[in-house]
Amino acid sequence: MATWTPDPSFYPSPRMAMKAAPETLAYVAAFDPDRKQPDAIAVVDVDPASSSYGSIVGNTPMPNVGDELHHFGWNACSSSLCPNAPHPHMERRYLVVPGLRSSRIHILDTRPDPRKPAIVKVIEPAEVAERAGYTRPHTVHCGPEGIYVAALGNREGKGPGGIFLMDHESFDVRGQWEMDRGPQHFAYDAWWHLGHDTMVTSEWGTPDTFENGLIPEVLLGARYGRRLHFWDLNKRKHLQTIDFGDKHQLVFELRPAHDPTKAYGFVNCVISLENLSSSIWTWYRDGDKWAVKKVIEIPAEPASEDDLPPVLKGFKACPPLVTDIDLSMDDKFLYVACWGTGDLQQYDVSDPFNPKLTGKVRIGGIVSRAAHPSGAGPLNGGPQMVEISRDGRRVYFTNSLYGAIDPQFYPDGIEGWMVKLDADPSGGIAFDPKFFVKWPKSHRPHQVRLEGGDCSSDSYCYP
Amino acid sequence: MTDPWPWLTLAGLGAFHGLNPAMGWLFAVALGLHRQDRRLVWLSLLPIALGHALSVAAMAMVFVSAGVMVPPRAVRIAAGLALISWAFYHWRYGARHRVRVGMRTGMAGLVLWSFLMATGHGAGLMLWPVLMPLCFPDGAPAPGAAGPIVTALIGVGVHTLSMLVVTGLIAVTVYAWLGLSILRSAWINLDLMWTVALAAAGGWLLLAG
Repeated sequence: MATWTPDPSFYPSPRMAMKAAPETLAYVAAFDPDRKQPDAIAVVDVDPASSSYGSIVGNTPMPNVGDELHHFGWNACSSSLCPNAPHPHMERRYLVVPGLRSSRIHILDTRPDPRKPAIVKVIEPAEVAERAGYTRPHTVHCGPEGIYVAALGNREGKGPGGIFLMDHESFDVRGQWEMDRGPQHFAYDAWWHLGHDTMVTSEWGTPDTFENGLIPEVLLGARYGRRLHFWDLNKRKHLQTIDFGDKHQLVFELRPAHDPTKAYGFVNCVISLENLSSSIWTWYRDGDKWAVKKVIEIPAEPASEDDLPPVLKGFKACPPLVTDIDLSMDDKFLYVACWGTGDLQQYDVSDPFNPKLTGKVRIGGIVSRAAHPSGAGPLNGGPQMVEISRDGRRVYFTNSLYGAIDPQFYPDGIEGWMVKLDADPSGGIAFDPKFFVKWPKSHRPHQVRLEGGDCSSDSYCYP
Repeated sequence: MTDPWPWLTLAGLGAFHGLNPAMGWLFAVALGLHRQDRRLVWLSLLPIALGHALSVAAMAMVFVSAGVMVPPRAVRIAAGLALISWAFYHWRYGARHRVRVGMRTGMAGLVLWSFLMATGHGAGLMLWPVLMPLCFPDGAPAPGAAGPIVTALIGVGVHTLSMLVVTGLIAVTVYAWLGLSILRSAWINLDLMWTVALAAAGGWLLLAG
């Protein structure tokens, strides 16, 4: 519905968004790995003043089973204030929640009771495939032309994957985004530099190569995604490919600087075939082209064969498996989730080419099984989806990666949890001992979205 | 021709259009901030005003040509219906179109952007109820089209000048003093008022005829 003034959670610039009041609720995608019970969006109380702080206070089950809820996003956000495509008189109200496996898209209304989101629309997989030409919807971003959804498969579940648009009020699937795809084939994440009219996309693989788990031959043959793609955001045209080379596999999460005048961002490469390390790369504008530079390499840790799952025994090492990163609103701190070793690291990236490690905690991990200061432990799974509050003082994360991949690295199963860190504005992180959400055994948690927006939900047109 | 009210109304509509962030002052402010150049705030407003004027003039020419060729009453009814349809379109689908011009745009891109925004918003349509009695004072085509065309262009000029002055004042005030946080509270839903204005202009054409 149209409103008289912009939604109060829309901010012209990241600097202003940092002054937003602290969030009181978090929405968390939770899925049943056995695909017997419906997946759900859980609501977690993150208000320290509340008696139910650190517990699940709401749960909205999906109408079907086996969707594999994964990533999700808002119908509208701060980009509605952009001067070239202004449409700010709407509400940040609906969560757009795709099933990565089912390709079904759910629209949840977080009003009137934000603790009880209600499903108001379900777009069936056949409709998504027919109208968008894509399946396996993954990343959801609100943006200048509506809701952008990055999907990993085409209509038949093969390549190419790509992006499709949805209307941010009616939620009609409007169709494929790309007008000139160029050589792009694999898809995964997508985000943009609004100040530079540039879309960036990354690569995982086609659904047949991940829906039953990672395939070792494909991985060792360097046949998973390893490229970044740069596009003209408005002409929807492919401009440039950057190949990370055949030693690098799985180029995942895109975190462009929030300040729209800055032309750089960070992306994680999950694994090096040379030494099992993970790496963080900075992409940046170099003359009239984009370029990348590896700025962080996190090594694998030597380990006894007895402590490793079958897929890793031969290597006698535990890879860090950096599978998510997140950038604070002031573009100062980058958080790096090492799902393999159990580290959650904080880097000062004020100089994006010279990150400095400023904080580190360890929880779970393939070998370490580290406990939480609340006493919970030993724990399995490791730091995975990370989300940062807009003011940068709180960091939340969960421990499951993807239903079919979890048991490859954690063969004993993953018991879900969600934790919170307190972050010092001048650097340094520590667990909040009062915040440990032990997840119900039937489900595992994945992406976290914070009430009113967070550090991976909004993009801005003004510095 | 001596009645000042139609001209003041054209100027008033210019101020109304200039006030709307979607008509360009916000884009000018953003470009000034992005490139850290105060002059760009001023400079960007010129192509924005030009694009607006082109859109409004094109629409006026369509109606003037029609007025010369067919009975003004038919033009009046067609324009009235067009305005009401546009109000409906703007209400339902106003935010649903391609974004063709982004933050890296040059001056030509701004002309195009402003032309598309003004056209999409039906800015020129909104002027017709005021322009029509000026161009066709006797309710009938003047001999030859020169008179109405000149009158329409003068009207477009008055409108655009007023739009440029208002949009320039706002752009500079926001850029230099107020800052963009003002958007959060002061950016009222002008699109809604715009829709009402379109429908009202259409209704006036139909009923007052």
